[in-house]
Amino acid sequence: MIPTAFEYRRAGSVAEALSLLQEGGPEAKLLAGGHSLIPMMKQRLAEPGLLIDIGGLDELRGIQEDGGEIAIGAAMTHAEIAASDLLRAQAPIVAETAANIGDAQVRNRGTIGGSLAHADPGADLPAVMVALDATIALLGPNGERKVQAEDFFQDILTVDLAEDEIVTGVCFQACRSAAYAKLEQRASKFALVGVAAALSLDGGTCSSARVAVTGASSHAQRLSGVEGALAGASLPDGAASAASGAGDALDFVNEDLHGSEEYRRAMTAVFARRAIEAAAGRS
Amino acid sequence: MSEPVPITINVNGRKRSAMVEPRLLLVHFLRESLNLTGTHVGCDTSQCGACTVLLDGSSAKSCTVFAVQADGSEVQTIEGLADGDELHPLQDGFWEEHGLQCGYCTPGMIMSAVNLLEENPAPSEAEIREGISGNLCRCTGYQHIVNAIQHAAERMAQS
Repeated sequence: MIPTAFEYRRAGSVAEALSLLQEGGPEAKLLAGGHSLIPMMKQRLAEPGLLIDIGGLDELRGIQEDGGEIAIGAAMTHAEIAASDLLRAQAPIVAETAANIGDAQVRNRGTIGGSLAHADPGADLPAVMVALDATIALLGPNGERKVQAEDFFQDILTVDLAEDEIVTGVCFQACRSAAYAKLEQRASKFALVGVAAALSLDGGTCSSARVAVTGASSHAQRLSGVEGALAGASLPDGAASAASGAGDALDFVNEDLHGSEEYRRAMTAVFARRAIEAAAGRS
Repeated sequence: MSEPVPITINVNGRKRSAMVEPRLLLVHFLRESLNLTGTHVGCDTSQCGACTVLLDGSSAKSCTVFAVQADGSEVQTIEGLADGDELHPLQDGFWEEHGLQCGYCTPGMIMSAVNLLEENPAPSEAEIREGISGNLCRCTGYQHIVNAIQHAAERMAQS
């Protein structure tokens, strides 16, 4: 399969990528790992006239911690995130989730910025970022803009990102008591249902929680009913009851040959419970 | 709009320069421009892994990389694994343990296994199966492939 013809430019800096984006207008697309974009171009579901390669930019690389806040550059691959000792120690949910995306080849090329910007309904990292209350950093012609993850994901393949903006990275507070559990499509490893839970624990009692789901619906979103039920709950015993209504509370639920709406609603409660139990077990 | 652009890629230790259309996929550059047909096109949809090569040392599906993206990089294909007449331990493992039937998936499977053993020289059976999960084989049922990779891991540990 051969994509439509396009012009290719390798940006030497984020500033150059921004000006190329403006030049190219709606015809321009950013390319890093390309593991969402290239398959779509081969099927001619996407036909950009200009590809701006930002994959190798040092400015978009790195994983750092500063005063409890962790920042990951947009061009970091899933494999690099999975292998990060810093993340394994301070936000293990992120490294573990990245380690379980797709397969080795996909993890070697695919990037966190690409995954978040593409916002596949079955992508894992969006739910994790929403649960961690992450901030997505964007750069546009008018400077930097920061968007909370829960506001960034808006609908299927739709995020709060203008045509002339670049996702430069994400940042979130270090958090050990968080976990992600997914029911995966066995061939692609996309989440049919994936739930991320980040807990604040006081001994065995949950003082507050953020819980988010992916795969089940059009886009990653919070499960606020579960979060409310977790406040004051004693864990892990209270996990099942707090999670029980998770699937029923969703407005819209995906349905395809891998799972009916009813099945996905039921599995949302099951995987919410598993994520909460795993997160509580971390404290 | 898509004028050919110059690229130089180090393929199996040899610098190869060419003018390519930006939309040319790396796998087609290897097979058609360089005549390195050991890298196969299987599904052409980023799933089967038959086109797996090492790109700057890490496994990649060359049907999902544009040749222009690899400009300035190092690529290793199945043709670059053997040392003269001496097979790489993974090639030897697939020979000794009968790790193939039709052979179509084999080059990609071996390149994925090279990546795996580089990161994890003594993988468990489960880790091997996860490590090659981006490569589909429709003949073997995978057991002899797992045996072949274990064979290679043991041999590489001894040397």
